[in-house]
Amino acid sequence: MKNGFRIFLAALVALGFSWCAFVLAPVLQLGAEKQTTVLNSSDLYPVQRGDFAAQGLQVYRANGCAACHTAQVQQDGVGCDVVLTGMGTNQPADFKAFMKSLCELPDLQNCSDSLSKNLAAWNGALPKILLHGAREADAGKLADKLSAAGLKSEVRIVATGPDIARDWGLRHSVAEDFLWDDPVQLGSVRIGPDLANVGARFPDARWQLLHLYAPQVVVKGSTMPPFRYLFKMEKTRGEPAPDALKLPRELAPPSGYEVVPTDQARELAAYLLSLRAEVPLHDAPFTPPAPAPARPNKP
Amino acid sequence: MNEIEKLDSEIDASCRVSLLALFVGAAFWLVVASVLGLIASLNFHMPEAFANCPWLTYGRVQPAADDALLYGFCIPAGLGVALWLLARSGRTPVRGALVPFVAAHLWHLGVLVGLIGILAGYSTGFRWLEFPRGASSPLFYAYLLLALWAMMTFGARRERATSPPQWFLVAALFWFPWIYSTANLLLVAWPVRGVTQAVVAWWFGDNLLFVWLALVGVGAAFYFLPKFCERPPQTFYLALFAFWTLVLFGSLCGIPQGAPVPAWLPVASSVAAALLLVPLLAVVIVAWRAVRGSVLSKWDHGPFCFVGAGVVCFFLSGLMWMALACPEICRVTEFTWFVPAQAQLQLYGFFALTMFGAIYHILPRSAGFELPFPKLARAQFWISLSGVALLVAPLAIGGVAQGRQLQNPGISFAVISNSTLPFLRVSTTGQLLLLLGNLIFVLNVFGLASAWKRSVLKKALALVKAPLETAEVQA
Repeated sequence: MKNGFRIFLAALVALGFSWCAFVLAPVLQLGAEKQTTVLNSSDLYPVQRGDFAAQGLQVYRANGCAACHTAQVQQDGVGCDVVLTGMGTNQPADFKAFMKSLCELPDLQNCSDSLSKNLAAWNGALPKILLHGAREADAGKLADKLSAAGLKSEVRIVATGPDIARDWGLRHSVAEDFLWDDPVQLGSVRIGPDLANVGARFPDARWQLLHLYAPQVVVKGSTMPPFRYLFKMEKTRGEPAPDALKLPRELAPPSGYEVVPTDQARELAAYLLSLRAEVPLHDAPFTPPAPAPARPNKP
Repeated sequence: MNEIEKLDSEIDASCRVSLLALFVGAAFWLVVASVLGLIASLNFHMPEAFANCPWLTYGRVQPAADDALLYGFCIPAGLGVALWLLARSGRTPVRGALVPFVAAHLWHLGVLVGLIGILAGYSTGFRWLEFPRGASSPLFYAYLLLALWAMMTFGARRERATSPPQWFLVAALFWFPWIYSTANLLLVAWPVRGVTQAVVAWWFGDNLLFVWLALVGVGAAFYFLPKFCERPPQTFYLALFAFWTLVLFGSLCGIPQGAPVPAWLPVASSVAAALLLVPLLAVVIVAWRAVRGSVLSKWDHGPFCFVGAGVVCFFLSGLMWMALACPEICRVTEFTWFVPAQAQLQLYGFFALTMFGAIYHILPRSAGFELPFPKLARAQFWISLSGVALLVAPLAIGGVAQGRQLQNPGISFAVISNSTLPFLRVSTTGQLLLLLGNLIFVLNVFGLASAWKRSVLKKALALVKAPLETAEVQA
């Protein structure tokens, strides 16, 4: 390398290659991405956020929420659950004997251990997950045997992995989830929990607002700093404002005053509620859970 | 004074004002970064401290601290070292020193605007690119001017054959404008769609934090280590090999495993990261051959310790960077404190230590004054080194512990985040030590700068007085 031009050329080749691979190629591959259809349905996904929630993303960005929170769920793989939904005409004692005989079948060798473990501490409540995260072939065999004995069961496709087990999501995050986000706030450190589905976990706006004002009140042992500057204290005029926070005594404002969220707090809460990636996609299949009665807040 | 020494001091004098402008500002931002970092870590001691203060909330102060270190200290310090080094090794003085002087001030102005922007809530939201648009354009043009001047000095070199440090530095000069303009155009000016933004941001972060810093820091180390040990560099081809593999493999890392992007991207990154071991080993071998069995003069001992420790930290932080891209290991370390630990080791352990050594060598020569507190500078080495160790080790160990707990869904998240707090509190002591070390650095740099300013004033006064007297005599 006797002259400067060759150094320049070396840097040009190396950086140019990396630019083509990690800037140009992703832009070409994903830049014109459109909404996809939900698996087994004609619905389009993702739906664009309303203005209010979209404004909340800017509050999220401005206050650096992504410094502590990721918004991307990961999974190890996909497996099958076999769920017992009905006993048919079988008696519980017969059922137990039948299951015991199943565990000894050479066909079900792969899953007999987890099957007997799952049944050991069962109190008889239905639906009961007999097998979790099993291979499709094993799940199919078990379901066949169960239906032959007149038992009702379902095979469900589920994602597996620690994030899923923590109830942070039903499937891993995929590129489609972030289609409308600008800026995309994936985050890199989990100082706080993952927020990819925080709207599904805590669907109550009042809970979100109270959590922003005083995290330790609603999540015991939380290390999150409070964001009181997103709220203001106002004199109560007649009736208390509908979205005034219901605070415990030690945090409550002096009598005659109330703590109400500013627009920024409301927008942020709306954005957090919009974070719910709950539909199965071609890249990330799973069997959606049956619509349950309103879910209570789960930590 | 012989010819060579005469030329050397002429070159040193030619970059004096530019270097003072770059290094004084860099030293100032270094202390600002330490203070902001301490404020951020206060959140882990008392989370309620800044509940009513939007400017000091963790999500703003933490990126501001990182950017003050990276843009405020690392880049101007690196540019100053590159300017001096290209002038010295090309045996040609810097012409038109006013331009880099003005550009240095423009750069520091950009950093000021950017930091205020982040604290006021105008961050772009992308890691390592948080400065808003009003800051990024002055930074970009200031860099262009400084790089242009360094390149012109390089182009006018009298020694035509180039040496390894020059390749590293010239490549670095060229690297930043490309990645910075790409990232700002595709993320801030005309944002690309969806998750492509994250890919571009990761690419930018890797190319700035790993490749750019490595090019400048390793380039400086390859120059200073043989120089301190007073022996000719003998490992031309190995250094060439290290250069090529570093720019080729290093620039392809950075996409985290398991990211919600097409699968080929993280796979390509993890392959490149595995190959990164080649340049890491090559750099260490080149450095080892330069220093093996040499006896140092007392004068060079302080700077040598800084640069040597910097190379060791470079190797360690490179290994951590590889670990973060290895699918088996990153299952545990991804999303934990291990990620910031690697960044801090790269910024403070590798780059800042190397720059301390280089600046302690360059600045007294260029300004023409001895260091005002040489003993403190020697103490600073041990203070800063133990600060780096106390900052990085608890974060890395705590990160692994945190990752192992995250793998077990039976442990609730609140328990996990509380069990990392002791590690974070230990790392605060590391930050305190680093602040102390940085204050010593500032004391030395500011002391030198003011000694030079006083001497300039004296000379100016003498000049003003002298002609007056002769005029009186003639009258």
